[in-house]
Amino acid sequence: MQNPLLVQYLPILLFLGIAIVVSGAAVGLSWVLAVHKPDSEKVSAYECGFDAFSDARAKFDVRYYLVAILFIIFDLEVAFLFPWAISLGDIGTFGFWSMVVFLGVLTVGFIYEWKKGALEWE
Amino acid sequence: MAELLDLFWAIPTGLRLTLEIVLTVLALLGCFAYVTYAERKVLGAIQLRQGPIMVGPFGLLQPIADGVKLLSKETIIPAGANRVLFVLAPMVMLTLALIAWAVIPFDAGAVFANINVGVLYLFAVSSLGVYGVIMAGWSSNSKYAFLGAMRSAAQMVSYEVSMGLVIVTQLLIVGSLNLTEIVEHRSPVWLWILQLPMLVIFFISALAETNRAPFDLPEGESELVGGFNTEYSSMTFALFFIAEYLNMILMSAITTVLFLGGYLPPFGLMIAPLTWIPGILWFALKVAFLLFVFIWVRGTVPRYRYDQLMRLGWKIFLPFSLIWVLVIAGTLMATGMLPVRS
Amino acid sequence: MYEAIAFYGFSAILLLAAVLVIVSRNPVHSVLWLILAFFNAAGLFVLLGAEFVAMILVIVYVGAVAVLFLFVVMMLDVDLSELRAGFAQYLPLGVLIGVVLLVELIFFVISGWTLGPALKSAIVAAAPDAAQVSNTRAIGRLLYTDYVFVFQGAGMVLLVAMIGAIVLTLRQRPGVRKQNIAAQVSRQRGDTVTLHKVETGAGA
Repeated sequence: MQNPLLVQYLPILLFLGIAIVVSGAAVGLSWVLAVHKPDSEKVSAYECGFDAFSDARAKFDVRYYLVAILFIIFDLEVAFLFPWAISLGDIGTFGFWSMVVFLGVLTVGFIYEWKKGALEWE
Repeated sequence: MAELLDLFWAIPTGLRLTLEIVLTVLALLGCFAYVTYAERKVLGAIQLRQGPIMVGPFGLLQPIADGVKLLSKETIIPAGANRVLFVLAPMVMLTLALIAWAVIPFDAGAVFANINVGVLYLFAVSSLGVYGVIMAGWSSNSKYAFLGAMRSAAQMVSYEVSMGLVIVTQLLIVGSLNLTEIVEHRSPVWLWILQLPMLVIFFISALAETNRAPFDLPEGESELVGGFNTEYSSMTFALFFIAEYLNMILMSAITTVLFLGGYLPPFGLMIAPLTWIPGILWFALKVAFLLFVFIWVRGTVPRYRYDQLMRLGWKIFLPFSLIWVLVIAGTLMATGMLPVRS
Repeated sequence: MYEAIAFYGFSAILLLAAVLVIVSRNPVHSVLWLILAFFNAAGLFVLLGAEFVAMILVIVYVGAVAVLFLFVVMMLDVDLSELRAGFAQYLPLGVLIGVVLLVELIFFVISGWTLGPALKSAIVAAAPDAAQVSNTRAIGRLLYTDYVFVFQGAGMVLLVAMIGAIVLTLRQRPGVRKQNIAAQVSRQRGDTVTLHKVETGAGA
């Protein structure tokens, strides 16, 4: 452990381990303490008193995929903005306009999806 | 007391670190318990009720009684559920809600992991919260849970983008991803005012990220029963509950660190009586204030409809914060205030 | 020593998770193992000192791409028996590609490739002292100026992805009544409500 950068990451690893132990202990404890008497009514899926008809994992609206894809794209955009934001003082005007062009290109896409109604929910 | 402290410092570093982390986790769980109490009291006051008063003086033991009750309940795993994922999902949620605290600076120098990319770490951890929700909804094999999970996931994902953009505006001003440096940074008053809309957007996005009112419609009782945790009971349910509140506290802490000067006295007033109060107390006070706002909003604002929620996220916050990134960047360039570090 | 332990730990879990991605029968489990693999890859990046890349790996791949994967495999109701029927058909092709990759890897490891002299000096010049400049800032200094065309190219790729996603998935549903916020807000009282004075006893 000579590398000062890695020493800073050790607490995160420890924290992760302890958090897993705590959450595991909470579930395990209730498993030990509480009674278990499952019956078929109790373990059936909740559907307001009716028996479940049809599988719960059904196909559903394609809009959710669209949201996920658009999210990936904008998330990448934000990922590009992070290093830009902290080094803007070093890269000056050229770096600024470089990002403006990048955002401009993506804004074209954004306007397209807006006009197409991809952001509408009903 | 002094001997006790000496004893504490004599413990080997690794063990002391572990002990400190365990204590922090316990303190956070204690905070969670009393945030639920505070929420019930504040909501009670808003609705002209008393809130919990029966268990202990002023009902102060209520959270403990609730905990004991949940612990002694039966864990029901629904038929047709994916058993491993069903139990794993709440554990993932709680673990994520806890590990983010590793990089939060509680006081000057009082931070477990003072990493260079603290902001990115927080952003990464908060972007993982979706998994607990999706895993819970899918593994339950219940329609309500599944639909609730889909809605939750889409909602959390939608507000994350504007959150990221808001963080970028603050990074432009500070020029570092290290959270301690962000806290220590001083910006002039006009810049702070320019950042004010971003603070508002960040806080509203935080409400949506934590699935709190007025964006709590994944758990809209009137239409979706309980949302993604419909099928959960006992301690597995409690873990979701704990995770939600810990995330609330975490979001308040992140807002405090990013915008409100963390452990420094308010408005950067480094004058005598204010600097006597230890930094951790300022930090706690600011977090407590934001938590109060969380509860206040829940008591006052009616729930959004799903299409309105998506509209707010994608059509208002996203374009506005994107423009604001350029506005802040341009202003900083024009005034020559960009942080330059060789 | 500790670094070595961490390295072998992360690598071992990474490889194990990668194998389980392929072996799991349930596609949802495969995606979850993939996520574990991503985490361990991020751990390896941290060991290399590439903090920014590690965090971006988690944010983009785990936080966004894998969410989409999970959406797709959970909701598409992938039929396992159908997939298995195609397995035998594509087996020869898969084996062929695997063998080619393996041969290439062995070739590289045995021959031990070296960098050209021009490239070597460029790399040295591009890497500032890690103690003084965090690697996020180092990336920022280069990406938007020296590599501006690559950067703009990435923007174009994202634009294509955005438009492609909309073209492929967007379906307009007819007959849906949408909320028009502007119309709602600009509605005046006079447009909708009129008051009539009705004589007492004359109302019918």
